[in-house]
Amino acid sequence: MRYAGIDVGSRTVKLAVLEDGRLVSSRTSATSHNPLGIARDLLKGVEYDRAVATGYGRHLIKGHLDCPVVTEITAFVRGSRFFSTECRAVLDIGGQDTKAISLDENGNLKKFEMNDRCAAGTGRFLEVMATALGFTLEEFAAAALTAQKPEKINSMCTVFAESEVVSLINQGATRNDVALGIHKAIASRSAGLLRRVATDGKIFFAGGVALNPCMRVLLEKETHRHVIVPPDPQIVGAVGAALVASDPL
Amino acid sequence: MADYTEMWKSLGIDVENHNALLAGLGQAYTDIFLSQKNRPEGMKYFDFVVSEVHGLRIKEIMDAKAQGKKVIGSYCVFVPEELVLAVDGVAVGLCAGAELGFEAAEELLPRNTCSLIKSMFGFKLGKLCPYVESCDVIVGENTCDGKKKAYEIFRPLVKDLYVMDLPQTKSDAGRLMLKEEYRKFIAKLEQETGKKITVQSLKKAIETVNAKRKAMIRLAALRAADPAPISGLDALLINQVFFHDDPARFTDSVNKLCDELETRVKEHKGVMPKGTTRIIVSGCPMAVPNWKLPMLIETSNAVIVGEESCVGERGTRWLTEIKGNTVEELLDAITDRYFNVDCAVFTPNPSRVNHVKEMAKNLHADGVLHYSLQFCQPYIIESGPVEKELENSHIPTLRLETDYSQEDAGQLKTRIEAFNERLKKK
Repeated sequence: MRYAGIDVGSRTVKLAVLEDGRLVSSRTSATSHNPLGIARDLLKGVEYDRAVATGYGRHLIKGHLDCPVVTEITAFVRGSRFFSTECRAVLDIGGQDTKAISLDENGNLKKFEMNDRCAAGTGRFLEVMATALGFTLEEFAAAALTAQKPEKINSMCTVFAESEVVSLINQGATRNDVALGIHKAIASRSAGLLRRVATDGKIFFAGGVALNPCMRVLLEKETHRHVIVPPDPQIVGAVGAALVASDPL
Repeated sequence: MADYTEMWKSLGIDVENHNALLAGLGQAYTDIFLSQKNRPEGMKYFDFVVSEVHGLRIKEIMDAKAQGKKVIGSYCVFVPEELVLAVDGVAVGLCAGAELGFEAAEELLPRNTCSLIKSMFGFKLGKLCPYVESCDVIVGENTCDGKKKAYEIFRPLVKDLYVMDLPQTKSDAGRLMLKEEYRKFIAKLEQETGKKITVQSLKKAIETVNAKRKAMIRLAALRAADPAPISGLDALLINQVFFHDDPARFTDSVNKLCDELETRVKEHKGVMPKGTTRIIVSGCPMAVPNWKLPMLIETSNAVIVGEESCVGERGTRWLTEIKGNTVEELLDAITDRYFNVDCAVFTPNPSRVNHVKEMAKNLHADGVLHYSLQFCQPYIIESGPVEKELENSHIPTLRLETDYSQEDAGQLKTRIEAFNERLKKK
């Protein structure tokens, strides 16, 4: 039996297919203005027996592909256990949302916290800040990793932080130090969210922002806990949804 | 519905905007309430009340005014309806549950003010609430600091604002203060109506309000059944109508509904299948037409079985003991009754969380959803310790903070669904 998980996020659509408990394929694509079309494109030529949708657009997919849905929270719980059986906390920083989740010893969802309606400190925030500094996302993380001392960023509101960055640069701060300051601000906020759900245990770091190597380093420093980043952190939710699809009916 | 345009005009209502409000409200009501499955027959009365909430009920109030009765409006469960009825007045709860007239409100209030207060200003400034406009006296009460200071700005906007102070501790001094405030309120009511409260009129008023609350207690208890005989949306609606309707007629209608629900319980019939996840909503009040959160919960495969709120058990669960043969003694009984109310402005406030625990047990709830209005400091700050205490007692709890806007509906739905997924795992 083949099981598909579709994670329609705010910035990226992810597809994962499992067969005999193994991940056999995965695909990702930018969400664009047409998430349903993107999801259909990703599914083209993919064979599966059952599918489950998750993410921002799960209810949209449910209506059109006639499949059950599960929330991102549960999908990340299941997906994180697929990659690591020892983690007791999951941090997912996606395009619009940051989620901190704790798991019990059996891998069940225990508690979760999410950022408020605003996308402060998420992937979208990082994108805007990188652009403000004239970096690509890859350059942005690399610059932060080589910085000497971080410039303190006080605001987590995207628009306020952007003006703070502009004003720091105008005061002569280096781009690298500002870049590190921005990363630190997000790491510290995410660590706070994590502490609210679980104070110890290894952290499984998923979602698009986990692709940023500087974020992992800072999170470890901030939490004094081991941070596990899977090979493809973006597909964890899709894998989790596929696992839900594989549950006995 | 009859044409009430002339009546609204005479009250100074902005008829055009008010028509738009009623059309929107009607649509929301159809989508949220009438679309529910397996509703009890007894809800037809409340559907009718809502359809006429700014029509027939206002006409009744205007007719009462024509007979010389005074209309006393209020925003809080600390304003004793018994005292208003004892001077033959009409007590009405005032509108504050929708995001209306917020631009105008923000000219007078900081943007970061809770929706309830902003809405109170919005309805008034937008000339959208026939209840506010028909009031002879509006009673404000110094619960939170937000309301306390907002009433200073509200005063010049209305005909007669009477502000009542409230204690913040459950101490002897606090009780004494509440009683003194009620004594002053009696003086205000007597002056306004030209009528004196008598032992007889007060006893009769207490009986009327007790009967109304008894019906609500009966309704609350019936929701312990699985399957739930009534939806949380419908039960919330009844709790909302509690503040607007004629008390005797309301009591009668709730009791009739309860008769029907008793039959349902016996026949194991419900609004949702047996075993549906059962949620208690605890926290800030939900004034009409604030239905966002319950709607999101009950369209996520869960049923609300209790409201620990001022529009809910906090407003209805205590009766006034009819003891004593003087107005003074009866006033003591009224003070005792209202002094129980465990609003988050009290410090400390342990009885509230204890009551949530009790409700969770009695109503066989799977979890508690704690609802705070953004910028409502007493409830938001109390939500932390409440969550901790409930989780320690093995009652799963989800804290949500929101306002009257719809912009966070998607995120709230994700959290609520995830909470249900957590509860189902048990």
